[in-house]
Amino acid sequence: MGVTDRQTGFPQRWWRALERHPPPVPGLTGDRWRSPLRGPWLTAVYGAVLLVGLPLVIITGLLDYAAYGPQFGQALPREVGWLRLPPFDWPTRPSWLFRVTQGLHVTLGIILIPVVLAKLWSVIPKLFIWPPARSLAQVLERLSLLLLVGGILFEIATGLLNIQYAYLFGFDFYTAHYFGAWVFIAAFVAHVTLKLPRMVSALRSRPALRDRRLPGQHESLRAELRTPLAATRPEPPDPDDLVAIAPGAPTMSRRGAIAVVGGLSLLLGALTIGQTLDGGWRRTALLLPRGRQPGTGPNGFPINRTAAAAGIEPDETGQRWRLTVRGGNRMVTLDRPRLLAMGQHTARLPISCVEGWSTRQTWSGVRLRDLAALVGVDDPASAQVRSLEKAGLFNQAILQANQVLDADSLLALRVNGADLSADHGFPARVIVPALPGVHCTKWVAEITFRTGADG
Amino acid sequence: MAEPLSRFRATYGSSLQHLVVMIACFALTGWVALRIAEEATAGRMLLWFVGAAIAHDLILFPIYASADRVLRGALGRPGHAGTEGQSPVAHHSMPRRAGQAPYRPSPLNHIRVPALATGLLFLVYLPGILRQGRETYLAATGQNQHPYLVRWLAITAMLFLVSGVWYLLRQIRWRRVDGSTR
Ligand code: HEM
Repeated sequence: MGVTDRQTGFPQRWWRALERHPPPVPGLTGDRWRSPLRGPWLTAVYGAVLLVGLPLVIITGLLDYAAYGPQFGQALPREVGWLRLPPFDWPTRPSWLFRVTQGLHVTLGIILIPVVLAKLWSVIPKLFIWPPARSLAQVLERLSLLLLVGGILFEIATGLLNIQYAYLFGFDFYTAHYFGAWVFIAAFVAHVTLKLPRMVSALRSRPALRDRRLPGQHESLRAELRTPLAATRPEPPDPDDLVAIAPGAPTMSRRGAIAVVGGLSLLLGALTIGQTLDGGWRRTALLLPRGRQPGTGPNGFPINRTAAAAGIEPDETGQRWRLTVRGGNRMVTLDRPRLLAMGQHTARLPISCVEGWSTRQTWSGVRLRDLAALVGVDDPASAQVRSLEKAGLFNQAILQANQVLDADSLLALRVNGADLSADHGFPARVIVPALPGVHCTKWVAEITFRTGADG
Repeated sequence: MAEPLSRFRATYGSSLQHLVVMIACFALTGWVALRIAEEATAGRMLLWFVGAAIAHDLILFPIYASADRVLRGALGRPGHAGTEGQSPVAHHSMPRRAGQAPYRPSPLNHIRVPALATGLLFLVYLPGILRQGRETYLAATGQNQHPYLVRWLAITAMLFLVSGVWYLLRQIRWRRVDGSTR
């Protein structure tokens, strides 16, 4: 099935004519490819790794969208029709949920880059094959492969630029990464549906771990993972045209090629995972923004937006600052000493950024549900939190009922025993278990608790 | 029933199931394309998408494949003192005793692998290394991007160093084994 179908479709005369008239481009005859390692088995090995890994990246990506609370129209992009997971309230437990899902999304996405590239290397002869198609079926499949390859590399490129704050592409990241993901998902599902049987048969065509005699052969085949360079031979000619017609001498064994790709994945993983770890481990993310602590002391952990960048003026957060709390038709204003005089609660919670980095800190402040009770709302349907920040995508956020009511959901005033720093949201910020960092609003000015009646 | 199905196969070039899968894939993509077309930056997105589709096959691959050819040319035909040329004959099908080095070790992979690694690190962490997006970086982190270029160079040096030492060890071991069997 798929491009491997040699069948010439209708109208046969045209397809044959195409076949007889290759353009004068070197390489189309297929004898230019030299690597004796290329073949269905190696391609299937890389394919199998991606088949396990990519669905995890896809699902954690879609969960990221769900974590933004799309039911309040605050997930980006806003209009996605039915292209989303079924609606559900993002849970607050376990508190490390978002830390893990988004950390996995970014870290695994990066770890898979060498495998994606190796897979592309392994099938590159197909790009130059002549004729490019022998039937309508093959034309369609080739177009879908364009979506597959374009989709994955587009997602990787936009994701990588986003976590390093280099918006070189000049379009909205959310829109592009989200819809790019769906194009990729469509092509990936189609590709897997068509190729899964071939992947399985290719994996079975050579033993991996133990020498084995395959049906129809009299000599037993050497297990690939035990075959050194000296015994490395090309795979037998295949119907997929991956095996080189005129292979050169091997310079690496197949297990060596797999080890190199695996090693590169480990290297990328080792240089990325630190951004989701605390303590000295953070420094191991040597080449990423979040491998560095911005300072020392209680407030010396990463931030996502500086007070300066948010346009927060010191006089707005000083003596003059008041928190406005609304609910039903009641309104209360509180200054910071009054907030500090209320019952204080302390919680050790991670702050997890959508960009994949996270860190666990000890926050203390007033429970959100106590603030709700202050204006007589015991049963909030949601809460809208506004920041002092005037512009900016995340100067307000709406919290679900479970996020308001969780015993660890705080309007935090202090962190690690000290007042919040300006960059961490002084005088007060929201911290809610498992909520994406961008929705843990900083420099809070106003909270409105809504009941079922006012929606 | 078999008759129209096999006629379909002959015309289309694959099974009905194939066509259904393709239609589903393009229907979804078409929906996304219509939705994206309303964006002011749709053209740029398309450009990046097409660029991504050819980035490996028409840009990266020619670069690393030619670099590899140059490297192999510079090293002669390394690593194959035993296997003559391209013949797939099994010169080494006899099991060898443990500890016996079959070939004189080739420096090829000891250059290739660290070069590949450092190239990959450069691509993945390029914005920091080349200090792209300075302003957004500062707004988000309150820091600058100064350390990354030096760190990348240091990692590169480490990779080549480890690989080089490993090569030397292999070379010494081979000399010893080779000397004792002669
Ligand atoms: C197969 C590949 C990928 C797919 C299908 C995918 C899919 C997604 C999806 C659906 C989202 C949610 C977007 C939204 O909320 O608007 C997302 C978010 C994200 N992805 Fe990916 N992604 C992929 C690869 C990557 C890679 C390789 C990286 C980074 C190195 C990355 C980084 C991110 C980041 C940082 C976000 C958070 C955006 C935000 O909410 O601010 N992604 N991804």
